[in-house]
Amino acid sequence: MNPAPFEYHRAGSVQEAIGLLQQFPEDAKLLAGGHSLLPVMKLRLAEPVHLIDISGVGDLRGVQEGSDGVRIGALTTHREIERDETLRQRCPLLPEIASRVGDRQTRARGTIGGALAHADPAADYPAGVVALDAELIVQGPGGERTIAATEFFLGFLTTALAPDEVLTAVRVAALPARTGVNYQKLANQASGYAVVGVAAVVTLAADGSCESARIGVTGAGASAVRATAVEEALRNRSLDEATVAAACEAADEGIDLLDDLHASADYRRRVVRGLARRAVLAAAVRAAEAWGGPGRAGLR
Amino acid sequence: MKVPVNVTVNGTPRAAEVEPRTLLVYFLRDTLGMTGTHIGCQTGQCGACTVLLDGEAVKSCMVLAVQAEGREVTSIEGLAPAGTLHPVQQAFWEEHGLQCGYCTPGMVLAAHALLQENPDPDEAAVRHALEGNLCRCTGYQNVVASVRTAAAKLASGAEPEPVITR
Ligand SMILES: Cc1cc2nc3c(=O)[nH]c(=O)nc-3n(C[C@H](O)[C@H](O)[C@H](O)COP(=O)(O)OP(=O)(O)OC[C@H]3O[C@@H](n4cnc5c(N)ncnc54)[C@H](O)[C@@H]3O)c2cc1C
Ligand code: FES
Ligand code: FES
Repeated sequence: MNPAPFEYHRAGSVQEAIGLLQQFPEDAKLLAGGHSLLPVMKLRLAEPVHLIDISGVGDLRGVQEGSDGVRIGALTTHREIERDETLRQRCPLLPEIASRVGDRQTRARGTIGGALAHADPAADYPAGVVALDAELIVQGPGGERTIAATEFFLGFLTTALAPDEVLTAVRVAALPARTGVNYQKLANQASGYAVVGVAAVVTLAADGSCESARIGVTGAGASAVRATAVEEALRNRSLDEATVAAACEAADEGIDLLDDLHASADYRRRVVRGLARRAVLAAAVRAAEAWGGPGRAGLR
Repeated sequence: MKVPVNVTVNGTPRAAEVEPRTLLVYFLRDTLGMTGTHIGCQTGQCGACTVLLDGEAVKSCMVLAVQAEGREVTSIEGLAPAGTLHPVQQAFWEEHGLQCGYCTPGMVLAAHALLQENPDPDEAAVRHALEGNLCRCTGYQNVVASVRTAAAKLASGAEPEPVITR
């Protein structure tokens, strides 16, 4: 089961990749880790005539800490993210999510840029980048621009990337003090993809109540979204189990729930609410533990 | 149109012209005639086609041969000299870590990659590392036992052992 024939181009730089995308506007595709693209090409769901391999573009790989937060190159693999010390310290949510993507061999090849650009409704990272208010840095013929993660996912396999743009990096701001994170996933037993995944970033106020909760949901609808109704219901509240459980009843609000062979819409509704509750509580416990201030007692 | 590919396979540089769409697993099996790497699902699920690419376990049905350009591939044939079993293979043999053997080349290489990084994995670590390798025969118990035995063998400095034939 090889893919259909195509012409292979090895891009040496982002500029070269953009040039090739412009040269073949109708029928070119970028190739990173290939772990989403090759499967759809084998099934003839995609038949690009030109395949532009960017996997050798060195400056798209790796994690760097700067004054504006942490920058993760688009070609950084799931396994590199899972094990990166800077990220584990500064942004533990992404390593936690990466460790839950597929299996070890998949994590060795698949890249964060490919996962975000592919925008599979069942992909894991989208929940994380929307919860973190990450910025996606893209480069096109006219230069560089930045897209907020919350504005990047437009629908089923659809993003705000233009056809001649390359996603070059993901930028995540440093987490505020008294913040904890967590990712909860119900994995499809056969594929490993998320039936539903919920990422939570919880910041406690000095009195231990919820200063802010940012909650990203993937798998439930056509693309990843923030559960803003839950976020609002939790603001300034004590994060005890009853309060969190009640707030998370709104976790599916505004989501047009998928109803497919993996899970019915009604099942997804229950799972989104349940995972949101678990993710918020676990993130709150971590925030309190890291800090050691009030709020912790009420959480146990 | 065919393109040139240069890959070091089991220590030997190999050059060939292939169609760009050729998957690494077909390059190994059809172009080079090395059929130790198995094909199960071809969709990235089963892990039967697992090889080491620059030492890292990958599914060779999910990599284009052209993407291995200039890199090193280790397949099951390259783990130990002909006629001998690598300690990981020997451990699978001793612990009955296989029945039909279809998944075994992939299991052994995935286990080998794990042991390179974590010489003494507990049961949970073994199961986590082998999540991408499906076995329809063993129920995994003996696979896990094999990897733990392999860890002990490697820790005691075991060398490849001759294959015993009856
Ligand atoms: C067996 C298996 C299990 C998996 N399980 C999971 C899972 O549990 N959770 C999960 O989230 N994912 C899962 N995946 C998908 C995996 O995470 C992929 O690695 C990822 O979705 C795509 O990354 P890639 O680098 O392989 O991209 P590719 O397949 O190379 O590309 C994917 C798409 O993105 C485009 N693209 C790639 N890079 C860029 C870029 N820098 N800029 C612009 N466009 C780009 C390509 O043109 C293509 O359209 C699984 C895949 C497999 C095979
Ligand atoms: S044949 Fe490659 S994963 Fe199954
Ligand atoms: S031994 Fe038969 S599939 Fe594993």
